[in-house]
Amino acid sequence: MPSSPYTHTIGSKAFQFSDLKDLLAKASPLKSGDCLAGVAAESEAQRVAARFLLADLPLADFLNDTVIPYEEDEVTRLIMDTHDADAFAPLSSMTVGEFRDWLLAYDTTAKELSRVSPGITPEMAAAVSKLMRNQDLILTAHKIETITRFRSTIGLKGHLSSRLQPNHPTDDPKGIVAAIIDGLLNGIGDAVIGINPVTDDIPGTSELLILLDDIRRRYHMPVQSCILTHVTNTLAIIEQKGPVDIVFQSIAGTEGANTGFGITLALLQEARDAALSLKRGTIGNQVMYFETGQGSALSADAHHGVDQQTLEARTYAVARQYDPLLVNTVVGFIGPEYLYDGTQIIRAGLEDHFCGKLLGLPMGCDICYTNHAQADQNDMDNLLTLLGAAGVNFIMGVPGADDVMLNYQSTSFHDTNYLRQVMGLKCAPEFESWLKAMGIIDDKQRLVSNAAPPRLLSYLKEI
Amino acid sequence: MDKDVMSTPVSPMDVLKQLQALTPARIGLNRSGSSISTREMLKFDLDHAHARDAVHLPFAADLIEQKLRDQDIHVLRVQSRANDRTAYLQRPDLGRLINGASLSVLEEFRSTENRASDLCIIVADGLSTRSIHDNALPFMDHFRPIAYRHGWSCTPVVIAEQARVAIADDIGSALGARISIILIGERPGLSASDSMGIYMTWAPKKGRTDAQRNCISNIRPQGLDCPTAARELEGLITSAMAQKVSGVEMQRSDGLLP
Repeated sequence: MPSSPYTHTIGSKAFQFSDLKDLLAKASPLKSGDCLAGVAAESEAQRVAARFLLADLPLADFLNDTVIPYEEDEVTRLIMDTHDADAFAPLSSMTVGEFRDWLLAYDTTAKELSRVSPGITPEMAAAVSKLMRNQDLILTAHKIETITRFRSTIGLKGHLSSRLQPNHPTDDPKGIVAAIIDGLLNGIGDAVIGINPVTDDIPGTSELLILLDDIRRRYHMPVQSCILTHVTNTLAIIEQKGPVDIVFQSIAGTEGANTGFGITLALLQEARDAALSLKRGTIGNQVMYFETGQGSALSADAHHGVDQQTLEARTYAVARQYDPLLVNTVVGFIGPEYLYDGTQIIRAGLEDHFCGKLLGLPMGCDICYTNHAQADQNDMDNLLTLLGAAGVNFIMGVPGADDVMLNYQSTSFHDTNYLRQVMGLKCAPEFESWLKAMGIIDDKQRLVSNAAPPRLLSYLKEI
Repeated sequence: MDKDVMSTPVSPMDVLKQLQALTPARIGLNRSGSSISTREMLKFDLDHAHARDAVHLPFAADLIEQKLRDQDIHVLRVQSRANDRTAYLQRPDLGRLINGASLSVLEEFRSTENRASDLCIIVADGLSTRSIHDNALPFMDHFRPIAYRHGWSCTPVVIAEQARVAIADDIGSALGARISIILIGERPGLSASDSMGIYMTWAPKKGRTDAQRNCISNIRPQGLDCPTAARELEGLITSAMAQKVSGVEMQRSDGLLP
């Protein structure tokens, strides 16, 4: 039997890996989802052997070998067909290990990183992340600035935005508005005001969209709104001339998993074109909001034996094709069979943020967990703080961190304000001016506690 | 400027407290600086503690068995292939299968009493043992007279540990039941950690999908009460027996569910 090209010997023991995807999977930090898929390293020594091999692998190999065949998968075709060879040129003679060294070098700045970004494939990003410790993921991501605009500017250095998530178990308009007002009074909502609807149909979704648009226009809020419904619903609402700012869709890193979500790349393009035609943005026109998360391909039984972190990076190749306003990795929602505990959730959050930023995306994170995961508020505080150091563009703002519709714990309004305080971060500049004009924050960026309630409280009486 | 109805200076917090009635979401929380105040934080911690305890409380299978035997109900005990809670939480695939020893127990019973039964009722821990401790036996007390009235024959009640819903397929087919009914602890949320779910499957066998099951959810004192849940299950069983199918293909005739 010919020996595999991927063999590494430690002492007297030879570790063999059957192919590129096997090598990537075995080099991955431990995740319960990779164990469930049967692709994880069988020992810690095997994991390190895989990382040694990966460190010596030329980056260019990723252009000649795919983890999922080109003929079988439209995401692979997208990755290969859109690869920018000129942008890749400065990296073309590096190994994965040398790539890590280059990313960490003083002289590799935001400018260099943005220049090579279109030349980096998601598999290269995933590979180098597997050689990086948490601090490496933070340091490199921190260098990168990805700025997006619609009615507010998101992602500027020194700023942290948040999505106001005013979900309600029955989509009750008053309950939703009450949560929006509470969020605004806590300085939340500059990334997007986005509702996950219970009733995922077109009439119900339209009604919520009109509600959000009405409240925004009445108070001249420099924010964008979004109902997180299926892209086909949003397309139908655009056809009915509904006030669609931002198109939402969950996406994944394989064609099969995207089929499970009921989407194709062509459908995403159609939705983006439709939203762009509305020209509703005032300072920019980035109209897509994507949600992702490790484990989605396995849960759709469409993982092709590839580890969940590599597949997540491939998801970002899909996202970057549509110039999104927001990309949100929903890191702990999927449950302990994919990310078992705080350690795994924190690692996944940092990996996703790093890979997304390296590929040029405006990354945010839904820092979250479910009650059957081995995680708690302190784990979320840790990831929150680490992502703050890494320069995350936005996080979620859920009342009291408890989403009463989706039944999981995310970050609270107060979590955003904690991070803004300890890291000296500000909200989006347009939103800051609005908060000041409304008397919600003072000149020192502090929430005003004893002022007269802003005018928007009266809105509730009308609905 | 529009004339504001609330122009009298009051604290925004006071107004927000009034808004709390509009949503179960945690709005209008008192702040310390910009952070959540002590009491509000502790309330959240208590809800999370209830949810965690519901997942990790050891399953009182012995006690449940004893109480059933006290009522002269025949009981069989099975285990999934997930050996402990850690394996159970990470390997849902193992929780869907019974282990080898359990299969022998069921087959041995079948060899001594080889007749088909209408129903096989399974009591399983699922993701909230607490919900089963609190709700399984009270539900059975309401359901048993209904089954008796219809003359439905039953296999022994099977108590299943470290179990997921689909374990009912293995168990129901091993015991030769026409319908499997599994009472199982639902994933606890912060607002409710004691919800029990019931899944009914016609002609249980390996490979059944969730679309082939009917579900009654949120059974707990503050949610769907046991008498109502028992009547709903009666309607589901009647429909399944008439149509010889369950799940999305089954038409509902009792009008109890939308």
